[in-house]
Amino acid sequence: MAEQEKPNETVDIGVSSEYKYGFHDDVKPVFKSRKGLDTEVINEMCDVKGEPDWMREYRLKAYEIFNQKPDLKWGGDLSGLDYDDIYYYVKASDRVERSWDDVPDDIKKTFDRLGIPEAERKFLAGVGAQYDSEVVYHNIEEELEKIGVIFVDTDTAIREYPDLVKEYFGTVIPSADNKLAALNSAVWSGGSFIYVPPGVKVDYPLQAYFRINSENMGQFERTLIIADEGAEVHYVEGCTAPTFSSESLHSAVVEIICKKGSRVRYTTIQNWANNVYNLVTKRATAYEDAHMEWIDGNLGSKLTMKYPSIYMMEPGAHGEILSIAFATKGQHQDAGGKVIHCAPNTSSRITSKSISKDGGRSSYRGELKVLNGAKGCKSNVECDALILDEDSRSDTYPVIQIDADDVNVGHEARVSKIGEEQLFYLMSRGLSEEEASTMIVNGFIEPLVKELPMEYAVEMNRLIQLQMEGSVG
Amino acid sequence: MSTELVITDLHVSVEDQPIIKGLNLSIKQGEIHALMGPNGSGKSTLANTLMGNPFYTIDSGEVTIGGVDILDLEPNERAKLGLFLAFQYPTAIPGVSMANFLRMAVSAVRSESSNGSDATELIPMREFRRELRAKMKQLGVDESFARRYLNDGFSGGEKKRAEVLQLAMLEPKIAILDETDSGLDIDAVRIVGESVNQLIGPNLGVLIITHYPRLLNYIRPQFIHILLDGRVVESGGWELAELLEEKGYDPIREAHGLTETVAEVEAEETLPSLRV
Repeated sequence: MAEQEKPNETVDIGVSSEYKYGFHDDVKPVFKSRKGLDTEVINEMCDVKGEPDWMREYRLKAYEIFNQKPDLKWGGDLSGLDYDDIYYYVKASDRVERSWDDVPDDIKKTFDRLGIPEAERKFLAGVGAQYDSEVVYHNIEEELEKIGVIFVDTDTAIREYPDLVKEYFGTVIPSADNKLAALNSAVWSGGSFIYVPPGVKVDYPLQAYFRINSENMGQFERTLIIADEGAEVHYVEGCTAPTFSSESLHSAVVEIICKKGSRVRYTTIQNWANNVYNLVTKRATAYEDAHMEWIDGNLGSKLTMKYPSIYMMEPGAHGEILSIAFATKGQHQDAGGKVIHCAPNTSSRITSKSISKDGGRSSYRGELKVLNGAKGCKSNVECDALILDEDSRSDTYPVIQIDADDVNVGHEARVSKIGEEQLFYLMSRGLSEEEASTMIVNGFIEPLVKELPMEYAVEMNRLIQLQMEGSVG
Repeated sequence: MSTELVITDLHVSVEDQPIIKGLNLSIKQGEIHALMGPNGSGKSTLANTLMGNPFYTIDSGEVTIGGVDILDLEPNERAKLGLFLAFQYPTAIPGVSMANFLRMAVSAVRSESSNGSDATELIPMREFRRELRAKMKQLGVDESFARRYLNDGFSGGEKKRAEVLQLAMLEPKIAILDETDSGLDIDAVRIVGESVNQLIGPNLGVLIITHYPRLLNYIRPQFIHILLDGRVVESGGWELAELLEEKGYDPIREAHGLTETVAEVEAEETLPSLRV
């Protein structure tokens, strides 16, 4: 009830009061652009950031593309999204911190509530935590630097590794890819930049916490990961957002390049406040014998549109997409995955699990393409939907396009409801109806949760429990 | 003080079809009863009704445990009062390990609050593990059982042993075994029978519901009841079981002026949803 001490700053927004991380710390931004977007705002942003000319030009070009692109007419309902009513750049602190002691107290308090320092103590080698648009806290273990791994926020990367960034930035997802990618390219801020040199294996996950904390602020982080030949890395990103009084937009772009023989795993759990539009473009390219995995958990938000994709560029590449979506009241999770087999003898697997509750809607949207000449490809798509009540909804929109011979493709979709017998069985053992439903839901997503690092599995289960609370009327 | 399950003039129907028609039965902690009857006589209906399966409609009557009327209580509240049902067809819960489930269940039935809205506080992991290991050893259950998903891909025999393990862990006052011998070969019946025997004592009352007397060779009841057409028509000692073994249900039907009714058989057949 900390909010009650500051009634003037807490706006009753009529969205979920159950949102556990919906606190709102009183952090004064160092710089905040005015609402809406034009070239002036972009130029101002570049000035404040002190960016090189090539990035300024890149942004301005992307802004042009954004203006030219028509609004999205598919997926979810974007009619409530007003691009002019958003702050595109907020800077919470004017320098990038590396030591915990240097982080401002009120920001620390927010991190404390999210368990960040604890996370760091326990298992982190490098923590990049994004507070509003700028990374304020970033701690890389010396060891990481010794083996030549670069793990910095993307703004820092522009300054310190300009050639490397310039070589890969926007090569997987060009500005013209889609309207939201163009927007991100124009106004991006923060995100992680990771480069793993040839043959280097990072054997602990690299993590970053992201958090929106300024009312009406769009968060447009930009992440770029390059795994050089034979390199291995696991990047983990967890997000919680506090609750705001009006619509908020999160639109990230994540680009990953998996060079020959490399292995990359990207794990995300997102739990946005339920007024956030979460429109994210994530794509990886996998070269010869490379192994790319997306693990993607989507909770919260008003609308999520997110389809991590993998382009299989050379023979022997393998890709996996595991997606969990949980849609509850007033939420639409439009999630899934895309795999494009551009080369022969590549393989992929998409597994999707969705849960709909209290009138929530989960959609699986998937695309599987095997291009002409990509012989000997194998792919398996499996989507399971669990519907918890009569008001909720689940849809499946799979697109499969095969233009090659000798291809082995499987697709399976299942929709189920929580069985009366399952509930009765568990309740007969002393569990309340809510506990029983929660247990069934946790069991449903267990095949994916067990792929998560321990601390995220725990968080995932806790989030599910939170979503299930008060679900029994 | 010994707790008693008392069923008084119970009437139960399924989709407007009366199945239980005025049943009376009392079971005290420490007693072993067998309720025997042919298919469709209402055995599973009784078991499910006592545990609170919402599929069944109670038309009239009373059921109490330790003097508390349970018919308006949720299944979990009945479990907290010390009632347990070993299911004929235990349901699979994919993704939920036996150990996690049991820890939750044991914590729930032992929690003080009978207020269903309170979240269950889990008993400490070490304490639970120690107890689970001991019970598994006692019942000769392999330790790998704890890591498997609840009833998921279990053989018929494994499911029944899992039910007995739950019985052992939850330590109810009154346990109903619904056709625990069904679908098992003779060795499996022996194993399950011997497991249940391990648990029998002054704190456990047992109601064995069965079609065939063979489980009773391993768990010897003090009281035998015959269920026909939704009523207990005869009660007695071991001699009743012997009579059944020898002559079947027909002499008893004749003595009570009953014939094998189509309705009885249909009643059981209308419950396919319970047999997943």
